[in-house]
Amino acid sequence: MAPRVGLLVTCLVDLFRPEVAFAAMRLVTATGATVVVPRQSCCGQPAYNNGDRMGACLIARQVVAAFEGFDHVVVPSGSCAGMVTHHYPRLFQDDAEFGPRARRLAARCFELTQYLADVAPLQPPAGPPVTVVCHESCSGLRELGIGRQARTLLARAGATVVEIAAPEPCCGFGGTFCVKFPELSAAIADRTCRSLAATGADLVVGADLGCLLNIAGRFGHLGGGPPVRHIAELLDGPPTAPPIGRS
Amino acid sequence: MTGSIADGPADFRRAAVAALADPALQQALGRNGFAQRRAQAIAALPEYPELRAAAAALKDHVLDHLDHYLERFAAAVEAAGGVVHWCDDAESAVAAVLGVARACGARTATKGKSMAGEEIGLNAALEAAGIRPIETDLGEYIIQLAHEPPSHIIAPASHKSMADVAGLFRAHHRDRPAERPLDQAEILVDEARTILRPAYGVAGLGITGANFLIAESGSAVIVTNEGNGDLTQALAPVHLVVAGIEKLVPRLEDAALLLRLLARSATGQDLTVYTTVASGPRRHADPDGPAAFHVVLIDNGRTALMGDARKAMLRCIRCGACLNHCPVYGQIGGHPYGATYGGPMGQVLTPALAGLGAARDLPQASTFCGRCAEVCPVAIPLPDLMRHWRDEIHQQALDPPRHRLALALWLWLARRPRFYRLAVRAASFGLRALARGGCLTAAPFAGGWTRGRVLPAPTGPSFFTQYRSGGNEP
Repeated sequence: MAPRVGLLVTCLVDLFRPEVAFAAMRLVTATGATVVVPRQSCCGQPAYNNGDRMGACLIARQVVAAFEGFDHVVVPSGSCAGMVTHHYPRLFQDDAEFGPRARRLAARCFELTQYLADVAPLQPPAGPPVTVVCHESCSGLRELGIGRQARTLLARAGATVVEIAAPEPCCGFGGTFCVKFPELSAAIADRTCRSLAATGADLVVGADLGCLLNIAGRFGHLGGGPPVRHIAELLDGPPTAPPIGRS
Repeated sequence: MTGSIADGPADFRRAAVAALADPALQQALGRNGFAQRRAQAIAALPEYPELRAAAAALKDHVLDHLDHYLERFAAAVEAAGGVVHWCDDAESAVAAVLGVARACGARTATKGKSMAGEEIGLNAALEAAGIRPIETDLGEYIIQLAHEPPSHIIAPASHKSMADVAGLFRAHHRDRPAERPLDQAEILVDEARTILRPAYGVAGLGITGANFLIAESGSAVIVTNEGNGDLTQALAPVHLVVAGIEKLVPRLEDAALLLRLLARSATGQDLTVYTTVASGPRRHADPDGPAAFHVVLIDNGRTALMGDARKAMLRCIRCGACLNHCPVYGQIGGHPYGATYGGPMGQVLTPALAGLGAARDLPQASTFCGRCAEVCPVAIPLPDLMRHWRDEIHQQALDPPRHRLALALWLWLARRPRFYRLAVRAASFGLRALARGGCLTAAPFAGGWTRGRVLPAPTGPSFFTQYRSGGNEP
């Protein structure tokens, strides 16, 4: 029987780039799964990372209740997937009811590229022969331990993947960090933008919309730089929407 | 003083912005190559993961039995003829040092590099008491001339260029020919050495920090690359060690484990050039060495961290790897943190030392990228500990009212997906109405974002608006 997959859309994709969620739905459907989008708002990171643990728990309970009935949960964002898989079990560590439920959900929740490369392998349609550089989110790298998955999928889609010279640690987005310390956030983004642009790639892709908004936003401010897209858009066939922040 | 030196941790944001706008500082930052050298050193140490786990476990063991090891250490120091001074805070630590200095009639005190000394404001206190402190570590000496605090826990003058150092030497070494060349590191090092060398013989007191304190033998271990610490502690008539209580390890073998990690994590060296163990004053058969040995043990807020997860912060062996790998530190250096300790370890430690009210910005100034925890040789979960402080800041309502209001409003909506959907729908509409060419250069409530970035506009109605109009019912 086809697995039922719940899509956690993420608040940034919902508002800024619905194409990513539609692309993710088609990609997961192409693996033979049935994709369902339950009622949802956000994973709770803004509360969790701003010291409102109680608020984060309230939202996390909502997410657990909305998604625990699925065989798998797929998230087109490393940081939101990390929140569910890494931080929910800790939030409910001492909660007799939600602790086990959060742990069960965490074990079945996957970031999109992780799902498409490791859980339900996908052969994406051949895309244009572009050279892409992949920006890895810190949550993806350090909470989920992914990075290889995006490159595997891009290669399967016929893209040439180039790497930045020295691994840049962070794009400077950092959730609410980007508005609390905007000057620092932009300065950190500058370094990342420079190293991405220096690869000469046709396109920057990543799996976290927060990072991509920051990178595209900084490129836009400086006037230039390669176009930026979410990886789901590229794997889903020729993108129809303009690159992030462009018309 | 430059604009990037904060008056205190409360001044972080202003000083950080000044640091970003300081071209000389920007040029100086990131030149040290520590991160690359660390990566090479760790890659050449296949047993690193096991050593790291063992080091974390060792430090946890000591912290779990700290009273026991403190008592053992003190007994061993006293058995060797030394004196231990127990100090709850910076004031009592300073008083203890001044007491020793006065008792031995010291007019000058040579100093090895000591962050604990920085933490208690020792130089200013010595000067005020009429005792001249002479920093003998080259970096510390440079910033002493510049009247600046260290900007890095292992490379205190890393914000200075060679030209800055040459300028300081010309201004302070007045007895040297004015036209002498000072354009090479070797020349600068040589000049500092010849200036400092006579000081070791005349100082009445030699002050060092400690990288480790050995409970079993009552010893203090220091690591240096310049040998200045050895001269400081061996040539002065009185050797005084200033150290935090968390520096304890049970035996010398335990220090050896940490030594395998310390220099590799710090500078990428296998070991520093000198590793020196000092155990008590000169014994009868010793041809030289200090006649008296004092250890000033400082708490200064450390035990306040012992009650919860923040205890892990006391594992810290002060290698500086978290600073060297931090994207925020890498942009601004150490001075904007307005405290002895900058970078991630300082962001966790300073609220305990300086009070959470004054330091409330520090735990917030992280993207939570997690590199600090990844490179920490004793596996301190630094972002988690910063989040711990954020929880406390929120509980005590120390965060700015407008942040609290925005968070409360967002939470109210996020808990009501129907209303949330309407709010997102409205935001999408508003942002698209204001967009030109796919982005916004200004937007209500987004001034922070749009000053340095354009805000990409939503590409269309929100996902849930489109999804529902397709006949779906989420």
